[in-house]
Amino acid sequence: MSGPVIDIQPGETFTLNVGPQHPATHGVLRVKMEMDGEYIIKAETVLGYIHRMHELMGENRAYPQVLPNLSRLDYLGAMGYTHGHVLAIERAAGIEVPERAEYIRAIMVELNRVASHLFWFGAFVMDLGGFTPLMYAIQDREHILDMLEAVTGSRLTYCYFRFGGLYNDVDDDFVDAARAFIPRMRKSLKKYAALVTGNIIFRKRLEDIGPLSAEMCRKYGATGPVARGSGIDFDVRKNEPYSVYPEFDFDVPVYHQCDSMARYKVRMDEMEQSLRIIEQGLDKLPDGPIMPKKKPKLIKPPKGDYYQAVETARGSFGIRLVSDGTKNAYRFKLRSPTYSNMHLFDEACEGMMIMDALAMMGSLDLVIPEIDR
Amino acid sequence: MTNENVKQALQDLFPAPEPIAEEPVVEAADKNGEEKKTAKKKEEPRENGLVERDHAKHGYDIDVQLDPGELLAAVMIIDKAGFFLESITGVDWIKEDQLEVVYDFSRYDFDTYRIVIRTRTPRSKPKVPTISKIYSGANWHERETHDFFGIKFDGHPHLIPLLLPEDADFHPLLKDFKP
Repeated sequence: MSGPVIDIQPGETFTLNVGPQHPATHGVLRVKMEMDGEYIIKAETVLGYIHRMHELMGENRAYPQVLPNLSRLDYLGAMGYTHGHVLAIERAAGIEVPERAEYIRAIMVELNRVASHLFWFGAFVMDLGGFTPLMYAIQDREHILDMLEAVTGSRLTYCYFRFGGLYNDVDDDFVDAARAFIPRMRKSLKKYAALVTGNIIFRKRLEDIGPLSAEMCRKYGATGPVARGSGIDFDVRKNEPYSVYPEFDFDVPVYHQCDSMARYKVRMDEMEQSLRIIEQGLDKLPDGPIMPKKKPKLIKPPKGDYYQAVETARGSFGIRLVSDGTKNAYRFKLRSPTYSNMHLFDEACEGMMIMDALAMMGSLDLVIPEIDR
Repeated sequence: MTNENVKQALQDLFPAPEPIAEEPVVEAADKNGEEKKTAKKKEEPRENGLVERDHAKHGYDIDVQLDPGELLAAVMIIDKAGFFLESITGVDWIKEDQLEVVYDFSRYDFDTYRIVIRTRTPRSKPKVPTISKIYSGANWHERETHDFFGIKFDGHPHLIPLLLPEDADFHPLLKDFKP
């Protein structure tokens, strides 16, 4: 047997490149880590591998032409992002949305949130070495994608919302399928809890690992399940209500342990809360039109500065729209939640072992196209 | 209550409280009805000061415009009051030959409140102090704004391209950018 190829002396550090193509990063993300053995001394995230300049596209296209762009930000929870976009333009241009359209939007966003969390759950457990849960999660997610495909016409990158309403009304088949899905999903959640949550290896990998204090979340502007796992009771649907969310009775799960396990539990509980919203939405779903009667042919929001925040599967997504009164936006800023959540990672993983850091990275629920935009 | 205190503290930053304290009230009152008219009349950039906005219409509550020199003082007030940093971005006002940097701050508790801080810097030599020493999360946001607009953040620890390629010498969101 020959000697080691790289001879590293005790106390000597080396640089490890995680990514840009690495299964643990779930996309083209690169983290430059300075390592002392298995311990991370310093980490630097390198972004921009799939940067597409959506903000510039938002400026040099007319408002309706930008609609499909928003679902290309986050391929797992695209509905939430398009929702933020239409709400921002509706707020700026003062377009009224019929009640039925609002309810259908909320149902769609919540279904998509469950689908996004399901995929995250499967991928996260796979990161930690358990392959089987991914298969169960994808099977459940497939039911949602089939339902959404039948109504919206696409499986992941939806362009379903229009300014003022929707592209297509839901039919009885969708309502029946959604009603049948809720009890099945509740059964699955119990199965996941029995299969994964209590598993001793799983718990040992997550409990007390990857602490993120509430103060750190605030300094970095972390939102969504990452903040809620650190004891911050913040959900845009409750704190800054939009659409028909005030009509629904749901809770915001908050855990105070600040570790990776807390973030896992927040997302698992959120799926149940989303199911509650879908259930109520289906019960309350009013009849009526899905597009407003009076709608401007050409959308030209009055001159000004507008901000709209929505709660997506990953946190608070914001659009800052600066309008100069023409059919194009003057400035179209996208504030993506994972961007702030990922920024934490560099500081938080210092001194951690690499496998723990990768488990923590999984618990942040990264979708790279949404960071790079 | 905190929100009122923050508003007062931010208001105190401006040296001439008398005319500015009067103006925003009047402006906020006729905002609802005569927004379009006032916007058309005033083409020149607005003066520094604090303006209250209607949250339902604009999505934020307080709009503060100040000189880059006062930025750190204002951000420190906001940090002390427990706001979190939502985003930093730029706007290119090419007609006025100025670049604007916009900071959004919001709250985690149920007292929802969004404060917008904006500061302007000349287009030829854009320079603003960094707030990454107060809000660590500003680091990436400032690098991104530097990428897109070429605004220099004075004192930033690591101002290299974040989203653009590492050798990029263009700033795509400037209005005179030609791809």
